[in-house]
Amino acid sequence: MGQQRITRAECAHVAALARLELTDEELERFTGQLDELLDHVAEVEALDVEGLSATMHPLAIANVLRPDVPGAVLDREEVLAAAPLVEDGQFRVPPVLGEAP
Amino acid sequence: MSADALGVPGGVPGLGAGGGTEWETVVGLEVHAELATETKLFSASRNRFGGEPNTHIDPVSLGLPGSLPVLNQKAVELAIRVGLALNCRIQRSVFARKNYFYPDMPKDFQISQYDQPINVEGWLELPTGKRVGIERAHLEEDTGKTVHVGGAGRIHEAGYSLVDYNRAGVPLVEIVGRPELRSAEEARQYVAELRAILVAVGASDGKMEEGSLRVDCNVSVRPMGSDRLGTRCEIKNVNSLRSLGRAIEYEARRQIDQLTTGRPVEQQTRHWDEHAGRTHALRSKEEDYDYRYFPEPDLLPLDPSPAWVEEIRQGLPPLPRDRRLRLAKAVPSADAGHIALAVERSLDDLALAAIGGGGAPERVMTHVVHNLADGAGMLAAEALAGLVQMEEAQKLTATQAKKVLAVLAGKGGSPEQAAQQLGFEAMDAGELEALVDSLTAEHAEEWSRFCEGDAKLTGFFVGQVMKATRGRADGKAVTELLNARRR
Repeated sequence: MGQQRITRAECAHVAALARLELTDEELERFTGQLDELLDHVAEVEALDVEGLSATMHPLAIANVLRPDVPGAVLDREEVLAAAPLVEDGQFRVPPVLGEAP
Repeated sequence: MSADALGVPGGVPGLGAGGGTEWETVVGLEVHAELATETKLFSASRNRFGGEPNTHIDPVSLGLPGSLPVLNQKAVELAIRVGLALNCRIQRSVFARKNYFYPDMPKDFQISQYDQPINVEGWLELPTGKRVGIERAHLEEDTGKTVHVGGAGRIHEAGYSLVDYNRAGVPLVEIVGRPELRSAEEARQYVAELRAILVAVGASDGKMEEGSLRVDCNVSVRPMGSDRLGTRCEIKNVNSLRSLGRAIEYEARRQIDQLTTGRPVEQQTRHWDEHAGRTHALRSKEEDYDYRYFPEPDLLPLDPSPAWVEEIRQGLPPLPRDRRLRLAKAVPSADAGHIALAVERSLDDLALAAIGGGGAPERVMTHVVHNLADGAGMLAAEALAGLVQMEEAQKLTATQAKKVLAVLAGKGGSPEQAAQQLGFEAMDAGELEALVDSLTAEHAEEWSRFCEGDAKLTGFFVGQVMKATRGRADGKAVTELLNARRR
């Protein structure tokens, strides 16, 4: 393994973004694992890809479209029956603080 | 000191508390427009405003496991129309996931376009002729609607929130303008023009009050003449053209107040409070979410063929700018604002047809601008031309013509018929002269004062004639007769 590619703090930040709560031991372990992954990415990055375009999708097709025609919808009562809390035909959730990101 | 207390004139904030320094407002707008499709961007439930909560939902818009998005062809076509109308380059594009946790998006990400948007590098021309750069106009899905309950409606004290997913997945184009607007007025013009274009190409209904057109404003200020951009604030919750102007003026004054009292402007997202007439901070940009965009693996790239783009271009209707030019050519004497108003009301085709049918251009414009604020209704172009001809021939007074017009707009028909039904028989010139003579004799006292130069009495005599004819007489003709008879 070469130089360290990801710090413990960066790993903790990424975990926080994904709403994961990690113990110290897990943070240590995952930082190491991510570092190894990034080593591999660095090897790929080192390849000469001059003249090649990036692959966005493994399938070489584009423009898969559907006509703008209304189709089946879900039954509201059935959907709401699966929700922990419901009020006035809506999903009731914990208070949302601030603005949608 | 509050920014309001500075008394800085709106629009072009001039002098702050520091005195001397001239400030320039810099505005860049991001406009979200809901596309006028039948169904959502990636699924077949309906794209409808309002309605019972959670009745336009399906596995994709609820983010249920195993559901897969399929792109709506009409949404792509409308996005391309928008791109073409904004003079953009239409390119191969890729959808991306914008990851965040918020209950308005049940799958915990929003599908948008990131580094490869469908439309790039365009421009929009304001009615003044100024061109404003468009960085991009990309496709994305709308989010659900959250309503905050409890805590007296204040977001930060809310007891809980309710979520309606009818709007989740509704197709949007986000149009990102360059920071090239220099005043609240220019920003208003920009949004008005953009809205007119979106409506003209059939991409959106343009209703700001229903949220189908939403504007986020990035506002900063800088000393006049500087070529560096100041720290900007993003203002959200601007729901009308009027609040757009007010919000920008307020925010520019607030920033000038900060700077002239030695406090830097912090980069923030701010919320416009229409009732209080001010903006307040929501959260600092430093805490901004890291969205961790990555290409959406469930969708394939979008690569519209040049033939398809060309076909869409051929199908575009004339844009507001071209329509203004066309109308201005037909009515050279008309005020630019009136021309813009006629196009905004979609009365330009009617006006052009009426002029083509023999209606005097100026009179046609007068009706379009002043008497048809609610649209043309059942009014046919030939009827408008005929009405104007009757006015020109002095068969109808301006007041009568206005009433005839209202009838024509209400139930159609010919102006001759409508005038007859209203009892507007044209007054014979001789009849009018006789009436004026009898009235001047009857009111000898007032007549001699008029003859001595008391201009106020013109109104008195015109009033008498109108009373006697129950409004059939042409006020202008009466005034002419009075002046001709003045001893």
